[in-house]
Amino acid sequence: MTPNGTPNSKDTLFIQSLRKGWLGKVFLILIGLAALWKLGVSLADNPVLFLQQVINGLQLGFVYALIALGYTMVYGIVRLINFAHGDVFMVGAFVGFYTIARFQFHTWPERLFPGLPQWLVLGVGTVTVVLISMAICALLAFTIERVAYKPLRNAPRISALITAIGVSFFLEYFGALQFVFTPNFVTFERPFSVQNWQINNLGIQALPSGQSPADNSIIISNIALIIVLASILLLLLLQFIVQGTRVGKAMRAVAYDKQTARLMGINVDGIISITFAIGAALAGAAGILYATAFPQVYFVMGIIPGLKAFVAAVLGGIGSIPGAVVGALIMGQAEVLSAAYISTPMRDAVAFSILVIVLLVRPTGIFGEPEREKA
Amino acid sequence: MQRTTLFFLGGAALIFVIVQAMISFGLLNDFYVNILLLASVYAIVGLGLNLIYGFNGQFSLGQWGFYAIGAYAAGDITYWWTLDKSAHALMIALLAVLFCGAAILLLRKLLSRVRGVDALSAFTLYLVVVIFLVFIAIQLGQALSPAVSGLLSLLPDGLSLQIVFFLAVLIAGLMAAEISFLFGLPVLTLGSDYFGIATLGLTIIVKVLLDNSDTLLPFPEMKGARGMVGIPEVTNWFWAFAFLLVIVIVVRNLLHSSYGRAIISVREDEIAAKAMGIDIAHYKNLSFVLGSLFAGLAGGLYAHINGFLHPNTFNFIKSFDPMIIIVMGGLGSITGTLGASFAWAFILEGLLRVILPQGTETWRFVVYPLILLLIMLLRPKGLMGEIELPFLRQVLPPLKPKAQPEETQAEVKP
Repeated sequence: MTPNGTPNSKDTLFIQSLRKGWLGKVFLILIGLAALWKLGVSLADNPVLFLQQVINGLQLGFVYALIALGYTMVYGIVRLINFAHGDVFMVGAFVGFYTIARFQFHTWPERLFPGLPQWLVLGVGTVTVVLISMAICALLAFTIERVAYKPLRNAPRISALITAIGVSFFLEYFGALQFVFTPNFVTFERPFSVQNWQINNLGIQALPSGQSPADNSIIISNIALIIVLASILLLLLLQFIVQGTRVGKAMRAVAYDKQTARLMGINVDGIISITFAIGAALAGAAGILYATAFPQVYFVMGIIPGLKAFVAAVLGGIGSIPGAVVGALIMGQAEVLSAAYISTPMRDAVAFSILVIVLLVRPTGIFGEPEREKA
Repeated sequence: MQRTTLFFLGGAALIFVIVQAMISFGLLNDFYVNILLLASVYAIVGLGLNLIYGFNGQFSLGQWGFYAIGAYAAGDITYWWTLDKSAHALMIALLAVLFCGAAILLLRKLLSRVRGVDALSAFTLYLVVVIFLVFIAIQLGQALSPAVSGLLSLLPDGLSLQIVFFLAVLIAGLMAAEISFLFGLPVLTLGSDYFGIATLGLTIIVKVLLDNSDTLLPFPEMKGARGMVGIPEVTNWFWAFAFLLVIVIVVRNLLHSSYGRAIISVREDEIAAKAMGIDIAHYKNLSFVLGSLFAGLAGGLYAHINGFLHPNTFNFIKSFDPMIIIVMGGLGSITGTLGASFAWAFILEGLLRVILPQGTETWRFVVYPLILLLIMLLRPKGLMGEIELPFLRQVLPPLKPKAQPEETQAEVKP
């Protein structure tokens, strides 16, 4: 044992292994190997089922990615864990429900111009519904930010966090009132019907509804395709906004250093509001996509996906946009694979165990940069 | 004895006697007694969290998980005792807690002589030892339980139940403390926000495990998501008040000692504290373990209020409740935590339920966040701010007068 902790030849192997962290690494490697072994066995056992699960995980992961972006952008700029974000996602799903089921908004092109082909009507109509939901969510988040968070910009961070929790409760239970969204589970009506395709050694065939698929075939639905494509589209759009426009440049500047950004003539409060609005718009779109995949909406539906998305953002390195996407895809896979191969109720526990382990190995997340010291 | 101490103890005794008299003469019905007990339990959790967050600056959302661990541990012990006068759960838990506690203390002593131990490696070492000891405790406890059950059965029924209950609550606290020590070893090295997220993860993992306690864990009596019944309703105003009073005094004395000043210095400035020779990791661990100990004790008391435990009570959404209480009461204020937890329980559970007309109970959670928002916007430092009872207030040496800004300017001028 030497005073400054350098290895000493007199140290036993055990002491050295403690000091250099070998024991901990062995522990982590064992856990990792056990997980890989489990996955490998499952893959070898039934590769078709495994691939099916991976596809399901991809679908879920992209929805999480859209929600996670809101968390990560807001955290990157104001260092606030915006707990109300999951409830904005819920509002987005409900807006979609009302515009579709109550107002039949997804068929407006047909009502305006009768005789249009059906696919065009549904395509344009659905995009309109998503845009409406995104706009309403953006407006909601803008209002929340102005009313609840802006006055606390210079208060201790915990005050803003508690406020976020308060806003989250308010959105949930105000939504649960009978005349707002109702406290009941509501079935979400899909604007289009589900179409499944089965892929097996015979190639790709359309699967008529009600018919059970052939053995050893992977099923892909149009919903999964739409979710993945729409998410990728929105992510590219976001990437363009953040990297290619003046607003995005300002957002990056504010995230980097608020004071200096203000000195450079950037409207910091405006940029923060825009960030909240963009994140909420993505959450609104995610709400509709999620409700299309799992057609049930209710007033606390935002909590768990919101939390998972937040964990995904942390996993990928909070504040980093590609990190959020990668983290969300990992979360989606972890959730689906652990539900399939470990135990369905354990999927939340597995997701959080992965989070804790990743934080221990790399405390700033996969893509995160070490926290800069700010004066 | 100092005058403030006398006032405090006298006041506490007075409150206890008055409330006890009101309960005995039937002035307070069960509904209000229940709220009172719940408020004391929240106050204990709040004090623990205030020690961790308010005084030590570690943002923990895991207190609710330790509270759940404590509740289920204590509930399980008294459940078996009331079911068939069997002390096997008591003996196993007692031996496991004592063995693990002794092993942790011993290992800590040994490891403290090696510099620069990697936190994760230490965690692995502790984990292996603890699993081994728990295995031994199970064997030994089952062997010893008939004798202990026989001995306890010799006592009168009421007394033996009280003894088992008291031991169960202590075991619950120690168990939570030991788990928090293990969990805190690697996790406390993370930064503040990440620590909060990891502890939130702990709360969620505990809740998931409790939801499946009959299938994934070997505890069929906990009945998983159906909720655990058959726990005796032992917690009364005496026990709740006694635990609360002792914990208030412990927290007060801790904070007024050199340990307390070290804990507060870690919150104020880690680097400066380190420069003063304060072992930051040690004090972070100490406050986290103590706070979790209190959470476990509170859980043990809670389990015996209604005799019914359900995993939904330990939902992570609820883990914000203690955080809300201590922020409302004022971070770093013992009096504030006490006041806020009683006010919180009475307003949320009592008044809003009684005042709001029939059929508008759903408005309760619409009004509550609005109140919360208003408090946060109008008084971001908490309702009480930094007001403390004289007994709890820390007597610090007077600060040296700061250098006047004018003087420094005068020096700069020439």
